Amino acid sequence: MTQTLIFGLTGAALIALGFYGFVSHRHLLRQIVAFNLIGSGLFLLFGALARRAPDGTSDPVPQAMIITGIVVSFAATALAEAIAERLHDRTGRPSLPDLDPDDDD
Amino acid sequence: MTLGDAFDILLCLLILTAAAGVIGGRDLFGSVALFIVYGLLLTIAWVRLGAVDVALAEGAIGAGLTGVLLLGAAAKMDDGAGQRPSFRPGALLLCAGVAGGLGWAVVSLAQPAAGLIPLVRENLPVAGADNPVTAVLLNFRGWDTLMEAAVLLIALVGVWALSPEDSWGGRSGLTQRVRVDGVLGTFGRFLPPIGFVVGVYLVWVGTSAPGGAFQGGTVVAAVWLLAIMAGVVEPPPVASIRLRLLLMAGPAVFLATGIWGFAAGAFMAFDPAYAKPLILAVELVLALSIAATLALLVIGRPRRPQ
Amino acid sequence: MIADVITVTLISIGLFFFIAGTAGFIRFPDVHSRLHALTKADNLGLGFVVLGVVAQADSGWSVLKLLLVWLLALTAAATTAQLIARFALPPGERP
Repeated sequence: MTQTLIFGLTGAALIALGFYGFVSHRHLLRQIVAFNLIGSGLFLLFGALARRAPDGTSDPVPQAMIITGIVVSFAATALAEAIAERLHDRTGRPSLPDLDPDDDD
Repeated sequence: MTLGDAFDILLCLLILTAAAGVIGGRDLFGSVALFIVYGLLLTIAWVRLGAVDVALAEGAIGAGLTGVLLLGAAAKMDDGAGQRPSFRPGALLLCAGVAGGLGWAVVSLAQPAAGLIPLVRENLPVAGADNPVTAVLLNFRGWDTLMEAAVLLIALVGVWALSPEDSWGGRSGLTQRVRVDGVLGTFGRFLPPIGFVVGVYLVWVGTSAPGGAFQGGTVVAAVWLLAIMAGVVEPPPVASIRLRLLLMAGPAVFLATGIWGFAAGAFMAFDPAYAKPLILAVELVLALSIAATLALLVIGRPRRPQ
Repeated sequence: MIADVITVTLISIGLFFFIAGTAGFIRFPDVHSRLHALTKADNLGLGFVVLGVVAQADSGWSVLKLLLVWLLALTAAATTAQLIARFALPPGERP
């Protein structure tokens, strides 16, 4: 039970940290990295809750879902990175343009 | 508090410090390098949680492949300016609220619960795999894994679709300039055979011990990437029919066994008598497709005309 | 019991080398001496840790796998050290 608490709370903190990094950075790569922090924090929280069995074993169903999640988040990261790199190639900027309501184009 | 708890707390503090460095660090390259360290620390955390299969996946994919991908991107997109996160009090408050809410959920859920363990244990004898995680991945929740393989393929198509018209169908990645007899060239010829054996072994052993198609496939992808970076082999042109067949083979075989499941009653239902050979066959083909897909996702869109 | 004593002793020796390597990494002034501290001391430390775990192994296969891990770590460390060292040379200088 102690492990559920220790790793679960760490997971919660990682999600919040990643979320803050995501909104406070403008560089797209930094945002992608922060997005990965949110993901791994979620997995850790999920995995910590999977370890609540009285005999101390780890529930295999969440484990399998976490493995699936890790692979899917890699696929999302690779796609996001490719889009960011293309944007950088075309505009020379590593971040999205500022949102300006008066700007029509 | 036992010695194990003390270790866990120390490990979690290290993880949180690394994560804070990843977000707060000024240097882009340093932030990505620290992210890899963070992934390796998480791998230890998974071992502590008794989830060795997840540890293998996190170490190989979360830290390894994601790290290579982001390091490559950082080298291209680093303007050398450095970035500090901007201070946003509102967002900080919101994030503290998220952490508090999730923390409260963890504390209130921290009671003994058997979860799905009894159900998995009960059905394990007919699952065709002794490793419960593999049984869940390829039998009980095969749908998830089939969709996951499809997501990987779709992401790769998305990455390829970003190539400008003149390089469509060409080879991915940039030309490597490596001395054949140099250190990297030698390493690129020494490691792939060993890595291939390790990857196939991980798939093979996955039915009874930690391992499986994704972990084994990642190892194969890693040594293929190394061989490409060392200039030993060229990445294939994305228009290659053979490459496309290789990418499709895994999901296609998985889908075919799923349809064959109608003979046993339902889509994705495995007849217990054939479950083991079926799972092993699906895993081996799937691992090769996954290896190719992951490696191509890392090297990115086509850049050189055919 | 004897195996446990051997394990604790060997891993302690290994950890000493890791601490030495880390101290070098933090204290040394430039890339090349830092690389020297990391690759030399840490690989030796890892070797002792592997030997310590070998004392706990239950079969010959486990021993073989552990030694393979050490061999792979050694070659990877040697290769990356070479590559980083060459990259860190001042422009125009040859090794």
